Amino acid sequence: MVTEIFLPAMSPTMEEGTIAKWLVTEGDTVKPGQVIAEIETDKATMELESDDGGVVAKLMVAAGVEGVKVGTPIALIAEVGEDIQPKSSPFKGEGARLNEPLEANLVAAGKEPPLVAHPSPALADHPFQQGASITLREALRDAMAEEMRLDSRVFVMGEEVAEYQGAYKVTQGLLQEFGPARVIDTPITEHGFAGIGVGAAFGGLRPIIEFMTFNFAMQAIDHLINSAAKTNYMSGGQMGCPIVFRGPNGAASRVGAQHSQNYGPWYASVPGLIVIAPYDAADAKGLLKAAIRSPDPVVFLENELLYGKTFEVPEGDVVVPIGKARIMREGSDVTLVSYSIGVALSLEAADKLAAEGISAEVVDLRTLRPLDRDTVLASLKKTNRMVVVEEGWPQCSIASEITALVMEHGFDDLDAPVLRVTNKDVPLPYAKNLETLALVKTDDVIAAVKHVMYR
Amino acid sequence: MAKAATKDVQTTRIAGPDFPKPYKANIDELKEFYRQMLLIRRFEERAGQLYGLGAIGGFCHLYIGQEAVVVGLQSALKKGDSVITGYRDHGHMLSLGIDPKVVMAELTGRAAGISKGKGGSMHMFSSEFGFYGGHGIVGAQVSLGAGLAFAHKYNGNDNVALAYFGDGAANQGQVYETFNMAELWKLPIIFVIENNQYAMGTSVNRASAEDQLFRRGESFRIPGLQINGMDVLEVRGAAETALEWVRAGKGPLLLELKTYRYRGHSMSDPAKYRSKEEVEQIREHSDCIEHCKALLLASGKVTEDDLKALDKQVRAIVVDAAEFAQSTPEPDPLELYTDILKGAY
Repeated sequence: MVTEIFLPAMSPTMEEGTIAKWLVTEGDTVKPGQVIAEIETDKATMELESDDGGVVAKLMVAAGVEGVKVGTPIALIAEVGEDIQPKSSPFKGEGARLNEPLEANLVAAGKEPPLVAHPSPALADHPFQQGASITLREALRDAMAEEMRLDSRVFVMGEEVAEYQGAYKVTQGLLQEFGPARVIDTPITEHGFAGIGVGAAFGGLRPIIEFMTFNFAMQAIDHLINSAAKTNYMSGGQMGCPIVFRGPNGAASRVGAQHSQNYGPWYASVPGLIVIAPYDAADAKGLLKAAIRSPDPVVFLENELLYGKTFEVPEGDVVVPIGKARIMREGSDVTLVSYSIGVALSLEAADKLAAEGISAEVVDLRTLRPLDRDTVLASLKKTNRMVVVEEGWPQCSIASEITALVMEHGFDDLDAPVLRVTNKDVPLPYAKNLETLALVKTDDVIAAVKHVMYR
Repeated sequence: MAKAATKDVQTTRIAGPDFPKPYKANIDELKEFYRQMLLIRRFEERAGQLYGLGAIGGFCHLYIGQEAVVVGLQSALKKGDSVITGYRDHGHMLSLGIDPKVVMAELTGRAAGISKGKGGSMHMFSSEFGFYGGHGIVGAQVSLGAGLAFAHKYNGNDNVALAYFGDGAANQGQVYETFNMAELWKLPIIFVIENNQYAMGTSVNRASAEDQLFRRGESFRIPGLQINGMDVLEVRGAAETALEWVRAGKGPLLLELKTYRYRGHSMSDPAKYRSKEEVEQIREHSDCIEHCKALLLASGKVTEDDLKALDKQVRAIVVDAAEFAQSTPEPDPLELYTDILKGAY
């Protein structure tokens, strides 16, 4: 019997991977549990074990081929002495690249596998990253690396940021370039290391504190608010706190209620904090650089589902100003206001609406505090209708705040009530169908737009 | 009855420095310790009066009784060292040499106050004197203090951080998170537990399973010393030992200073949890200022008249500070919106 080995999902958000290295060749005998390959995922390089023993009948994907979809058959293991007849894959047709690796494999068969397991550009070669199409996680890493090269006071501290290379691989390579004095692994102790970070900022350093996710920052929130945000005011301007708290925020994928919350509205309500929630890689990089250079405490909310997405990032030392929203897409009939992953939904909705003859303008807030009221109100003046899209709960949300802003300052420009399109008002469930029901969706945005268009 | 301050001394099972000897102060140093302790006491007495008159609002925590702790410790610091504490912070500031006028003006909420009137009694800071607060959340100053120590180590200087907290804060979780990292990273920090016997109204042995607080660092391999906090020379001796240990890069040290506050937790404390006799007992037999006074007189180099002159001088400083604090103007209404952020966005 021939057993197919599929590329497994090795993290909740992994959709594809790269076989960094085959550790066996065709014809080798393997034991159950033997490591046969190293797989580069969106988060780490992991070892793949064979469940069954037998003979490696075929390696179906060459090492180095990127973007192999989860579920793609990558190897065949036969019983000793068996004829090799590959079965048809249950995933056939799903992985668009399925044939490509097979062809690549023919070329590579019997030869030394190409070693392109770590495609990240060498960190220290250029002070600033060249313009390129890179993932959002790489953009965040580049922003930190560039600022650390410029300013020796900048350091990174958090759980698994150094030797593990980042729980979500955002700090990959930083330890190697900057050493353990500036890239510091902490124990699992959010309250304590958040306080140490704030104290270090009072003491003149420029800490970047990574929370593995912002869900865990609830253990530390006293230091973000009472210590970081308020002390400059309480000291009459003597105690600035130049610190960045960053990490993934909002729902990831099937990780349940305790790991899936958007804290944007919480932090955005606090005077003394800057709150940033970027959508794409260019903004993630440019805004993180601005955050690190800011003399004030910054809460920098990333999104795990966007980490692996690829975007164009401009060349050079580009710093995106804090507190300025941007028009992601021009439109004339309705304004969609959003931030972070909500921008992706809004852009998708705008595309679909365009096909139906509705022209939607998409505003990306980028910074939640200070809020760029002018850009929001100017867009409303143009379109006279507004829908706010937010991956988060409805009550006391950023959407609520935008709605209140429009009531107070844009009422005369409104041709319809502002609508909020958000997650459902429930803790995020685990079951796939319930999770899908709970999260904000493009179709919800489209329905809301039609409602305010009276269509 | 709660345990009173004691002269019995103990160390932890973790290898640490030898038990400190009382500091051998020369007569000028001893006089200066006396003057500083007296200044704090007179200042606090006046603050209590101003509170009663309504000139000081909100919470006001007086340091009366504990003066030897800050004077003994902070007289041993050097330029560049950092000090951080909780909300009972007036004494810490005065002992660092900060002008009593700007401290008192902060208590009365005036523009000339050290925080421009925006902080109040519990939230005072001085970047000039290396005083990092003045923190209102019990225990927060411990991890913040380790951050200051982290900065000293990161910058490669031999300065240290002194993080004060009370017997109440000693039960907060973040204190132990901080102990762990401070020892793990050998941060230059002295953890100072000012054990004044009561966390608000709860005595140490009603709140602490291990009420010998100098042992609280043992699980983290942090050595601890229990010191009589009512004797400024014993405190200063402990400071010398601790600073030598920490400046040498041996990592953190824990000092438990056994002390006592004569006044309530704050001005609104009904003091139902202890007897008047208990307070009187300590005042009569263990008062740090009376003890220092006796040492000065016993030296034969200082007369009663000298001390009366010193007392007069201190009273004048406090009267001036109180006068200033009540006459200097309140903050300009426009100050409401300043100092929220440093940058412009």
